[in-house]
Amino acid sequence: MSRPIPFAIALVALALIPLFGPPDYVLHLLITATLTAIAGTGWAMMGRFGLVSFGHGAFFGAGAYTMALLWNHLGVSPWLGIPAGIIVAVIAGAMLGLPCFRLRVVGHYFALVTLAAGEIVRLLVTAMREETGGSLGMTPNRVPLDHGFWAMQFSKAGFWWLVLACWVLALAVWWLLERSMSSKALAAIAEDEDAAASIGIRVTREKLKVTMLSVALAALAGALTAQYRMYLSPESMSGLGLSLHIVFGAIAGGMYAPLGPTIGAVLTIGLDESLRVFFGTELTGAAPFFYGILLVMFMLFLPRGIAGLMERKG
Amino acid sequence: MDPFLLEALLNGVLLGGVFALPALGLNLVFGVVDVVWLCYAELVMIGMYAVWFLYTQAGWPLPLAFAACLPVVAGLGLALHWLVVRPLLTAPPINQVLATGGVLFVLQGAATLVFKTDFRSLGVDMPPMELGDVFISGTKLIAFCAALIGAACLWAFLKFTYVGTAIRAIARDREVMPLMGVDPRRIYLIASGVGGTLAGLAACLLVVQLDVHPFVGLSFGPITFMICVMGGLGNMLGGFIAAFLMGLIISIGGFYGSTELSYVIAFGFFILMMFIRPQGLFAR
Repeated sequence: MSRPIPFAIALVALALIPLFGPPDYVLHLLITATLTAIAGTGWAMMGRFGLVSFGHGAFFGAGAYTMALLWNHLGVSPWLGIPAGIIVAVIAGAMLGLPCFRLRVVGHYFALVTLAAGEIVRLLVTAMREETGGSLGMTPNRVPLDHGFWAMQFSKAGFWWLVLACWVLALAVWWLLERSMSSKALAAIAEDEDAAASIGIRVTREKLKVTMLSVALAALAGALTAQYRMYLSPESMSGLGLSLHIVFGAIAGGMYAPLGPTIGAVLTIGLDESLRVFFGTELTGAAPFFYGILLVMFMLFLPRGIAGLMERKG
Repeated sequence: MDPFLLEALLNGVLLGGVFALPALGLNLVFGVVDVVWLCYAELVMIGMYAVWFLYTQAGWPLPLAFAACLPVVAGLGLALHWLVVRPLLTAPPINQVLATGGVLFVLQGAATLVFKTDFRSLGVDMPPMELGDVFISGTKLIAFCAALIGAACLWAFLKFTYVGTAIRAIARDREVMPLMGVDPRRIYLIASGVGGTLAGLAACLLVVQLDVHPFVGLSFGPITFMICVMGGLGNMLGGFIAAFLMGLIISIGGFYGSTELSYVIAFGFFILMMFIRPQGLFAR
């Protein structure tokens, strides 16, 4: 976003897409990719400072289920339910992050603690089957289409604008963080925690701040995804599999550039769809197989992701 | 004592024995090579498919299928180390973990492509044994004994062989050992092979108790990582005790509540332990 004018033009062009009456399928791909991009952007905000979370699926799910449960059981509109879901996720993130950072659970150990937290959310959602439908999943109650606004149930075009706005919000959060002292502090912490603390950086506080922002974006993406698909299940909304998918997008695109996770999301969704078109739905294993190979290849040969290629030129 | 509670306790111990083996293998690799194999449970899954395929499809006798499973998974472990981990030894830990996470996807995807998502069962079962008022599954008991024997073999290997001593030494101090004439690359490769063999053994024990499907690894993988870390790196005995502890928590939690809640308690216990004793439960 260092060049605001081209970015604004691109944004307007993206926002105008539905006016040209594209096929639903194209809009569907755009929406799915953008939702993945929001979650990936959130993850990368932590990941690029060495805070590798394998539990972002948990916050994705926390946002989604909070919103859906409020809507189905209490009739609270998703417009209020999504902020509520974000608050729940941020509180959960802080409760997990505070002891982690204060007691200096770092590196592998941090990754494993977040992995355990992600599994806990998946299991809790499954266990509360009275409310959440357990492994069978749940669907938010539908309303007639002319009352759709309050229920946040739109046509594809409406969703596209909503999701696009949230994506811009995610990039804005990234940009604000990038400009703030926090990002310098976090970079120092990532290099050497003791040295950073010795020059007066409040390590716990800075880490907690970025964790809460990151988790909030994951919850936002989760709630929007649930609302778009109109279906939630513990496997697709939480757990290790989803967490790794979020991570994959961010890594493939590059987690050090603001648009990296978005590039990664477009790549993942594009890969998903082209594999589905080429191989058909029978070969369900093809997509994870190729993901995996790509992820290994990226780690071996291009650890800074696709956006990393452009860094060198610029 | 309530016989059902007693049964839950015994089952917990038996479950712990099964968890112990993959946790020990993971512990060995993590402790020696200092890389988390995120795909460890998927290696076990491939081993389970190998046994299932050889026994039900190729018609091999079961012991032979078990025997063939070990080198298959050990070979996978070696290949994983050679192709993925070794080039990343100097990379940041995130990259290593994510690369093995990629292998997790590859193995799951490959299993789905080859075997589809159906649940495959070996179809071997033994009559439950009756001890007083308590019934114990015979297959679980045999798996438990095999896990103990496997762990004892590992212990003897590490304790009494030259290579085993070198492995323990390098886990203790990876800077000094090369100066003492130990080639760390060779030790890493051996540790990966042994870690793979243990995954193969775990596969043999699990395949008689669980149905195989491409995502079966996700059901016991996370708990294996927790046990491995809780026991303390390089601490085999600690890993074993942690495995029994987790087995008991899950079994007794399942007795009073539901299976999901018992796992929630187990994972919560792990998180708590990471805060209180991050070096492992039994760190010296």
